[in-house]
Amino acid sequence: MTTKEIIKKHGNKKENLLQILHDIQSQNPKNYITEEDINTLSREMIISVSEIKGTASFYTMFSFTPRGKYIIRVCESPPCHILGAQTIFGAIKSKLDIKVGETTDDGLFTLEGTSCLGICGVAPAMMINDEAYGNLNEEKIDKILDKIQEKEKI
Amino acid sequence: MSKKSIAQILVGIDGNTVLLGARKIKSKLIAEINKHNLSAQIQVVETGSIGPVNKGVVLGIYPTGEIYGDVTEENVAEFIQERFIKGSPYKKLLLSEKLRSGIDLIDYDSRKTQHYGRIVLENCGKINPEDIEEYIGVGGYEALGISLEKKTPEDIIKTVKDSGLVGRGGAGFPTGLKWSFARASKETRKYVICNADEGEPGTFKDRLIMEGDPHKVLEGMALCGYAIGADTAYIYIRGEYQLSIQRLTKAIKDAEKLGLLGKNIFGKNFDFNIKIKIGAGSYVCGEETALLNSMEGLRGEPRLKPPFPAESGFLSKPTNVNNVETFANIAPIILNGSDWFRKFGTEKSPGTKVYTILGHINRPGLIEVPMGITLREIIYDYAGGMSHGKFKMAQIGGTAGDILSSELLDVPLEYQELQKLGHNLGSGAILIMNETVSIADFLACCMKFFVHESCGKCSVCRIGTKQMHNAFKRLEKQEAYFDELEIIKELAEELKLTAFCPMGQSVASPVLSALKYFGKELIQGVNPDKRHEPVTRDNLEPWV
Repeated sequence: MTTKEIIKKHGNKKENLLQILHDIQSQNPKNYITEEDINTLSREMIISVSEIKGTASFYTMFSFTPRGKYIIRVCESPPCHILGAQTIFGAIKSKLDIKVGETTDDGLFTLEGTSCLGICGVAPAMMINDEAYGNLNEEKIDKILDKIQEKEKI
Repeated sequence: MSKKSIAQILVGIDGNTVLLGARKIKSKLIAEINKHNLSAQIQVVETGSIGPVNKGVVLGIYPTGEIYGDVTEENVAEFIQERFIKGSPYKKLLLSEKLRSGIDLIDYDSRKTQHYGRIVLENCGKINPEDIEEYIGVGGYEALGISLEKKTPEDIIKTVKDSGLVGRGGAGFPTGLKWSFARASKETRKYVICNADEGEPGTFKDRLIMEGDPHKVLEGMALCGYAIGADTAYIYIRGEYQLSIQRLTKAIKDAEKLGLLGKNIFGKNFDFNIKIKIGAGSYVCGEETALLNSMEGLRGEPRLKPPFPAESGFLSKPTNVNNVETFANIAPIILNGSDWFRKFGTEKSPGTKVYTILGHINRPGLIEVPMGITLREIIYDYAGGMSHGKFKMAQIGGTAGDILSSELLDVPLEYQELQKLGHNLGSGAILIMNETVSIADFLACCMKFFVHESCGKCSVCRIGTKQMHNAFKRLEKQEAYFDELEIIKELAEELKLTAFCPMGQSVASPVLSALKYFGKELIQGVNPDKRHEPVTRDNLEPWV
């Protein structure tokens, strides 16, 4: 869908902005909102560019910079923290050689820290795109990432 | 029988007996038994209602099956003396009824939930949440049908008021009262909003309710719509909850197909449409006015109150916002009546509460228990005890909640009792920690969360959270300033008094309670020789 079609689907009222931004971002293969998208939105919805950017930048789930195909979001909130979230970050950083906020050179993974994902029953936890993973340890992370890397090679 | 106790005293715990002091009697029994060195032979076990009603606190004796009624703290000593030392029945309180035969004591040991009864989670795990027929099969949409047929909106509000239900999102405002405000508004266009932006770390009860029994939430919303006179509703749900979004979307479609939502519900002159709005990762949007801004496509910053949403909410129309768990309580209350609801929990805090228990325990997860249960019971009876180490502290109500030490293990968890101690029940998350967790490190982590989630609207919160974070990092590294704790206390109190919204104010909760109970540990991080240096360009801490 083009940006215009997405706007049409939801209606160009201001209260639909978040839904439209979600759709625009998720259909972009690099998982982000482009400058062009914002300009189109501004024209079609009659909202100033600065206001759209102001709103979008407020929310952690929206990005203005290209991101990997898989976004790894590791929970940093206290329940995961006391059960070893820092080890999880360590394991991912050393395996993929990226820091928080960075994307791997092959454009596959982006590592992000996030607030509570609501799956604290299996802390420490993370999400890769829409998939949640819990009870993590270094070994498990190794396997999960290996699996994705293999899948992408084919 | 050498290892197992010879006799067990069953203490019937339900809404009535708790009010009559059943728990105190239980501790008295244990004390008396210990006094006589009989703890190896006699075990005291809590159960649900034993059967006889209007007989005060009821005790059952297993395996003999006698039942005693009207037990009070005063006659416990005599009772133990007569029944277990002399060995004859204590005639004064003996009832004619007997315990049911074939009673399975294993049931009584841990999984007590079934004896208490559940309200919110009753169907979770029993019905297929994606099949509306199964929900209807267990009495679903009956409350809505009956209400549209026979009850006026005022009746519904009265029942909800009488039930004593208070909002389950954390603030604990009486639900019926909130509805009556929205009802009172003369505007023709009103909105019902379900707050499913569950962002409080450690809380995931709403997710499991929406995933396990989505129709119950929808029915509660429709009843609210009928009561306040609204025909449009939104569920504002966080973007991370993909499964909940899918299930609710399907549930809404299914209900519309059967005419349980949409136009002319049950053939009556009542329309009600529910739409879903997806959030985008912001904690402060759980605050109701910030949620309204976010729904309108703005930055999720809180609004000034008054006007309250009941007066001017979504698109400046009267709006009623309730939490998922609150809505899930509505249909059972309407169907069974307010008296039935009041049988659960305590007098001032009726009903049940869904808690999520986490941390260093054997069985993390979700429980629904009556109001007024203690932390000790939650840890040892439901969570299977500590997984390793010794209990050090618990944080109740999520990251914005109070930190309680072991001396508060026996305080009943309900709104009023906790308020007396200056604490708050919050959202229902209970994080249990053992002695390996350093209080300074833990608080630094909590503050990091607030730094990230502070919306930036007011400076006390925007700057205060950052200063708190730095202070606790210094404490953790044992290089805090000589007066760091006093500064922290002052800052926390300022946040509590002057922050714009409840989020900023709540930052004070973990900090002040930690200072109260763990001041001794925190002071170890202070370096008494470290004085404040004038800030210059060279020693300015980078703003991250």
